[in-house]
Amino acid sequence: MAGGTELTSNSYIQHHLQNLVFGQLPAGYERVDAEGHSHVLDHAEWTIAHSPQEAVDMGFWAINLDTMGWSIFLGLIFLFFFRRVATAKQTGAPSGFTNLVEMIVEFVNKNVNDIMSVKNPLIGPLALTIFVWVTLMNTMDIVPVDLLPLTAQFIAGDPHFYFKVVPTTDPNITFGLSIGVFILIIYYSIKMKGVGGFLGELAFQPFGKYMVPFNLLLEGIALIAKPVSLALRLFGNLYAGELIFLLIATLLGAALPFFIGSFLGGVLQFVWAVFHILVVLLQAFIFMMLTIVYLSMAHEHH
Amino acid sequence: MNFNATLIGQLVTFAIFVWFTMKFVWPLLLKQMEEREARIADGLAAAEEGQKKLAQAQQDSVDEINKGKEKAATIISQAQKRGDEIVEEAKESAKRESERIKEQAFSEIEQEKEKARQDLRNQVATLAVAGAQQILMREVDQNAHNEVLSKISQQL
Repeated sequence: MAGGTELTSNSYIQHHLQNLVFGQLPAGYERVDAEGHSHVLDHAEWTIAHSPQEAVDMGFWAINLDTMGWSIFLGLIFLFFFRRVATAKQTGAPSGFTNLVEMIVEFVNKNVNDIMSVKNPLIGPLALTIFVWVTLMNTMDIVPVDLLPLTAQFIAGDPHFYFKVVPTTDPNITFGLSIGVFILIIYYSIKMKGVGGFLGELAFQPFGKYMVPFNLLLEGIALIAKPVSLALRLFGNLYAGELIFLLIATLLGAALPFFIGSFLGGVLQFVWAVFHILVVLLQAFIFMMLTIVYLSMAHEHH
Repeated sequence: MNFNATLIGQLVTFAIFVWFTMKFVWPLLLKQMEEREARIADGLAAAEEGQKKLAQAQQDSVDEINKGKEKAATIISQAQKRGDEIVEEAKESAKRESERIKEQAFSEIEQEKEKARQDLRNQVATLAVAGAQQILMREVDQNAHNEVLSKISQQL
C-alpha cells in the first residue's frame, strides 16, 4: 500500500503499477518529495525515481530494478534447478522433482518436434527457456499483491518504495523476449533463404510481382505483428490479471466494513488466483508455441 | 507503458539464458532421458528373456523329473527281474544240492548196506564154520577152507 496520508483506490493501484526505476535525472531538474518540498538538482544525478513523472523524465536510459531483478532471479532459479537435475547422478528410478523437470522437457521437446520440420538445436532450449521462465514470471502474479511490495518497503524503510514483482506485467520484459524471438526469426529467414529469398517472400507474396508495394505493406505488417502480438498478448493478460487482484483488494476493502470486506476480498482473491493459474500456464504455453511456430515458418520456403 | 533500458537488459538476459540452456541443460537432460529410456527397454527385454528362460527351465525340470521317474521305473523292474532270477537260481541250486545230498546219502546207505551184508556174510560164514565145527566136532582149517568159505559167503 502507498502508506501515505490520503490513501485512495486510485493512488493504491497507481502505486502498484509503478516500477522501481533507476536512472539519470538531468541537471536543473526539480524534484518534489512526499512532503511537498522541492529542490532543484544542480547537476545530473543517477538516482531512484520517486514518482511516475520522474521515471518518465529519466528517458530511455533507465532501468526497472524490480522487474529486471525478478526476471533475472526467476531465470536463475530455472537454470539452477534444471541444471541440477541435468547433472544429478542417475540412481535408478527418477522421483519427485526430476520427474517434473523431465515431464516439462519431454512436453516441450514433443511440441518442438511436432511443429518443426527442420532440426535446429536452438529451438528446443529456446522453447524450454521461454516456457519455464515465463511460467515462473507469471506465477509471481499469484503471490498476494501486497506481500512482496510491503516487505520491500519495510526493508527499504520507505513507505513510498515502488516495487512491482510480476516481470511479465512490465512491457519492457515481454518486448525484450519477443524482440529476441523476432531477431531469431529474421536471422533464420535470411540464413535459410538468403537475403534475396527473404525479401522476395516479403515483396512477391501473396499477390505476385505486379502488386509489390501492397505485398510489402501486407507482409511487413504481418512480420512486425509477430513480436508485437507476442509481447502485448503476454503483457496484456498478466497486466489485466494483476489489475483485477488490485481492484479486488481495494474496492471491496473500501466499500464494505473492514471484516466483511477483508473476508469477501480474501475469498475473491482466492477464486481469481485459482482461475489465474490457468492464465499463467496458458500464456507461457502460447508464447512458447507461437515462438516455435514463427521459427518453423522462418525455416520453410513458402 | 514507458520503455527504457530494461528492454535491452531483458534481451541480453534472454540471450544468455537461452545460450546456457542450450549448452548446459537441454542436451544433458535429453541424453539422460534417452539413456533411461534405453535402460528401461533393456530391463523389460531382460525381464521377458528371464521369464522365457524360467518357463524353459520349468519345462526342462519337468522333463528331467519324468525321465528320472522312467529310469527309476526301469531300474525297479530290472531289479525285480534280477531278484526273481536270483531266487530262481537259488531254488535251482538248492534243489541240485538237495539232490546231491540225497544221492550221497543213498550211496552211503548203499555202502552201509553192502558193508552190513558183508559183515553178515562173514558172520554167517563164521557161524557156518562154527556150526560145521560143532557138527564135525573138529577144527576146520580156516586157511585150508578159506576158498570154500568165501564162496559160500559170496553166495549169501
